[in-house]
Amino acid sequence: MSEKAFNPTELLICSASRLMPDNTTAFIGTGVPMLAASLAQKMHAPNLVTIFEFGGTGAILDDLPMAVGERRTFHKAVVASGIRDIVETAQRGFIEYGFLGGAQIDPFGNLNSTVIGDHDHPKVRLPGSGGANDVGSHCWQTIAIMRHDQRRFVEEVDFITTPGYLTGPGAREAAGLPPGTGPYRVVTTLAVMGYHPDTKRMMLLATQPGVTVEQVVENTSFSLVIPDDVKRNQPPTEEELRLLREEVDKDRLYI
Amino acid sequence: MEVIQSGIGELIQPPDINAFREWNRKKQKAMVDKRMTEAEAVRRFIHQGDYIGTELYGTVRCPQSVVNEIVRQGVKDLRVAGQGVYELDILLAAGLVKALDITYIGLEVYGISNCLRREVESGRVDTCVEWSNAGIAWRFKAAAMGVPFIPVRSMLGTDTLKYSAAKVVECPFTGVPICLLPALVLDVGIIHVHRADMCGNAQVDGIQGFCAELARASKTLIVSTEEIVPNEEIRRNPDRTLIPYYLVDAVIEAPYGSHPGEMCYVYERDEEHIKEWVEASKNPETTQTYLDKYIYGVKDHQEYLALIGEERLQYLKEIVPER
Repeated sequence: MSEKAFNPTELLICSASRLMPDNTTAFIGTGVPMLAASLAQKMHAPNLVTIFEFGGTGAILDDLPMAVGERRTFHKAVVASGIRDIVETAQRGFIEYGFLGGAQIDPFGNLNSTVIGDHDHPKVRLPGSGGANDVGSHCWQTIAIMRHDQRRFVEEVDFITTPGYLTGPGAREAAGLPPGTGPYRVVTTLAVMGYHPDTKRMMLLATQPGVTVEQVVENTSFSLVIPDDVKRNQPPTEEELRLLREEVDKDRLYI
Repeated sequence: MEVIQSGIGELIQPPDINAFREWNRKKQKAMVDKRMTEAEAVRRFIHQGDYIGTELYGTVRCPQSVVNEIVRQGVKDLRVAGQGVYELDILLAAGLVKALDITYIGLEVYGISNCLRREVESGRVDTCVEWSNAGIAWRFKAAAMGVPFIPVRSMLGTDTLKYSAAKVVECPFTGVPICLLPALVLDVGIIHVHRADMCGNAQVDGIQGFCAELARASKTLIVSTEEIVPNEEIRRNPDRTLIPYYLVDAVIEAPYGSHPGEMCYVYERDEEHIKEWVEASKNPETTQTYLDKYIYGVKDHQEYLALIGEERLQYLKEIVPER
């Protein structure tokens, strides 16, 4: 299969999907994470427990939800509760993975989805935290899914909506956030990144198909940690694309 | 307890737990008929400058027929718990919001809210205080518990906390920093449910969002319902009752009350209509045209439903999948 046989959204979905292991709990937000979770359930993780903010636990994603509270988020679910139950479950340490997005991300994985510019006189007023801050505070490992360009990957975000590693090693714990939590991966159209274990700065792990390390660096405003062995992410397989197009998003709402 | 950090956001609605108790003491405890129209409920209970909140969320079980009536009556300078999609977008579009305790106002899969952008960037919404989604729900929980604050581990270390009215203290038991959220008592809460009796005993199906918390955090509670059922039906399934009658001040019969949002197991969301709003909301002129057509141009919810049309509404019921 040629590398042009899939679009950037399909690539993001497949890359994120592969980060969802079977028999784990994942806090799922609107958009790409929903598609990725649905694909994961159909590929390698039939027992992936999806958790939606407003109360759905363990939904089978036969159809794509359009909102985090709608009925597909508790379709064939094991529990339909409410937002406090869900976030308190995360606060107690039950939720392993959390998926996030944002308008900006910095080297420590801090995310902005509140304002561009000054808070009180914003250039662009964005929607706000929603559940993002809760997910970023309580889930053990958070995965950010982003488009990758210099405007989004910035040295300093205009507003820290959701905590990454804040100012670096130890900062989360000093702020009172649960020890052992924090950013795990960043999945973009250009690369998959992690965080350096000592400095907690964003580190390139793998480039997406057809993308060079230089391209990733060019599209990132801050200095990325580049290890010696940068891997190459495998392109979506025929089976992933077939499931994505024929089952996960058969109405092509997203892809 | 030592206060380590105080958010610089305004405490738009300071908690007064004793006043809330006094208020609740005086509330009607007799099981009486509280049925009324949207127009009467809004006229009697929602006033200029009030602090209001809606539940559940935007296009899901939202009290849209009541929100539309607020817009028709033009109740101004509202202070709003900002956790919403379509319903708060409409209030913003009508220019009725003065201050927001905001966590999320957007259009989910359709992106950011143009109405929020216009109202906040122009300064017409003069105050935006930040919280997380659970933060707002926990603030309702604190009010529902009858206590002035609740300790949580959200928001710590972020600008969300800095621009909130939360405080960080050193926990007196463990010594770790912990975030204290002030109780949020609403002047008026508005909730749409699947069924209620005429006294206000109310039940919802599916996820409960933050229904129980918001209901108990409201000084005045307006409940709109898909159907009004006999009291005996409530008594047959009391385990399903999320909202007891004594919390409720108005019961409004509003079939399709969440349109264009969904009501799980009853009707699906009206995707075409939502897309129409998303397009219309992109500039002030088309926003006004939409409001003129669907809100100002109709007398009440019944006329609104007639405008949407029987065929369309029936279709939204028919496409509900089997459970």
